[in-house]
Amino acid sequence: MYTEKVIAEFTNPENVGEIADTDGVGEVGSPTCGDIMKIYLKVEEDRIIDARFRTFGCATAIASSSMATRMIRGMTLSDAWELSNADVVDVLGSLPEAKVHCSVLARDAIRAAINDCRTRRGLELRETGSSRCGGGTGCGSCPENG
Amino acid sequence: MNDLNRHPVYMDHAATTFMKPEVMAAMAPYFSRYFGNPSSLYRFACGSRNGVDGARRQVAAAIGANPEEVFFAAGGSEADNWAVKGAALANRERGDHIVTSAIEHHAVLHTCGWLEKQGFSVTYLPVDEFGRVDPGDVEEAITDATILVSVMTANNEIGTIQPVAAIAKVAHDHGVPFHTDAVQAIGAVPIDVERMGIDLLSLSGHKFYGPKGTGALYIRRGTRIETLIHGGGQERGRRAGTENVPGIVGLGRAIELATADIEVHNRRIAAMRDRLVRGVLGSIQDTRLNGHPTERLPNNANFSFRYVEGESILLLLDARGICASTGSACSSGSSEPSHVLLATGLSHEEAHGSLRLTLGDANTEEDVDYVLEVLPDVIGRLRRISPLTPVRARIPEVD
Repeated sequence: MYTEKVIAEFTNPENVGEIADTDGVGEVGSPTCGDIMKIYLKVEEDRIIDARFRTFGCATAIASSSMATRMIRGMTLSDAWELSNADVVDVLGSLPEAKVHCSVLARDAIRAAINDCRTRRGLELRETGSSRCGGGTGCGSCPENG
Repeated sequence: MNDLNRHPVYMDHAATTFMKPEVMAAMAPYFSRYFGNPSSLYRFACGSRNGVDGARRQVAAAIGANPEEVFFAAGGSEADNWAVKGAALANRERGDHIVTSAIEHHAVLHTCGWLEKQGFSVTYLPVDEFGRVDPGDVEEAITDATILVSVMTANNEIGTIQPVAAIAKVAHDHGVPFHTDAVQAIGAVPIDVERMGIDLLSLSGHKFYGPKGTGALYIRRGTRIETLIHGGGQERGRRAGTENVPGIVGLGRAIELATADIEVHNRRIAAMRDRLVRGVLGSIQDTRLNGHPTERLPNNANFSFRYVEGESILLLLDARGICASTGSACSSGSSEPSHVLLATGLSHEEAHGSLRLTLGDANTEEDVDYVLEVLPDVIGRLRRISPLTPVRARIPEVD
């Protein structure tokens, strides 16, 4: 069902944890949905120098969290904002069709963390264009979204 | 221990079982030696006809029925579809109401859903926190229009055994036929259709060391039921299609073996299961056992581990050579976590964090030891990753 690369990333995830003096925290998902990702950023000027995560969820959610934090380390905030779900899936190889929606929360958590960072800096929020829990993701775990 | 060199520890016998060598041996002659069509007139076909007749007697003996009341089908799902649709359609002039439970297998639930689209109405009875249906609720649900009560003998996910005889009595007191899906119960719960008052009973061969694609429906003489599969005159005109002779022979032998020493067998399996349950609850905090503490299948253990998700648990167990299953939505591609766990009052988070271990004949005490060694480590790893885990349960703190 999963590629070896996804299994490897899930089995030995990198960047698990928190950042005590974080510059931005983003949390998306809910226990009802069956997945939550919380991401912590350490930012110097405009560049992400550290990214950590904690995730409650399936193997896809954990693997994509790990991969996404690896990818945004060293990126500028604006580049990290543009990181798409497809970029993460590409690096992971591929995901079963039914599991692609489980990887979307990584992008959303990064955007939420960047927005938190902007708030702390007194900047206005960017429109996240959240693709989570808006219905039609095929997830349906939330009773209200069917 | 080198996990890759280890034979897999299979603890998913509620999903399916291996076939016993005795069953395969019984089936073997019917693939080539006795390949005749049981419907053919020539003497050569007697061999396959005898095989089918013998299996019918074996199934009947296992559930306390007459052989003429046993009809073979292509599995438990077909038997459930036949029982529920067949009884509903045959009794349409009498009424349009069916009573079932919220925790039935989808073969019954989705069949009821389809019947609702055809104009029937269905009451889905709630269950208590242990997954038991209250016969009093059945009594209250029955109306003048009720034409069928269908409640499973034992649940496939949490293993809870239902008070089937009491429910059947309530149904009969109102003149309503009673169907039970006994797919998980055969070989684990002694079945006597007479004593228990069962009118229709579904069973499936591959759940008790028989072949996949085999099953049967018991139909008490005189029970009104329409045919589901139309065509030739097989199964006395009630289920068309050339008989799966080797499969039927295997089903017969398997049910004979599964019900021969049911109590001895249950004691051995339940003792291992109890040790597994004690070990898991004793070594992993914030864990609950789902289902009934005593009224449950002897081979079933179902846990909810807080703060973690079931598919992740399964994959880490798989990496260590352990086969299990979960009620989490993410594992099945379905949209919702287990309807059974939610019906017992679990939160979505608890349902997502569920793990079902179902033991079988090939499991050993060493298998239990191995699961007890691996599982705390797997849950610990996932809890260290999860943002839901309170610090007190995140042990050790650092990887």
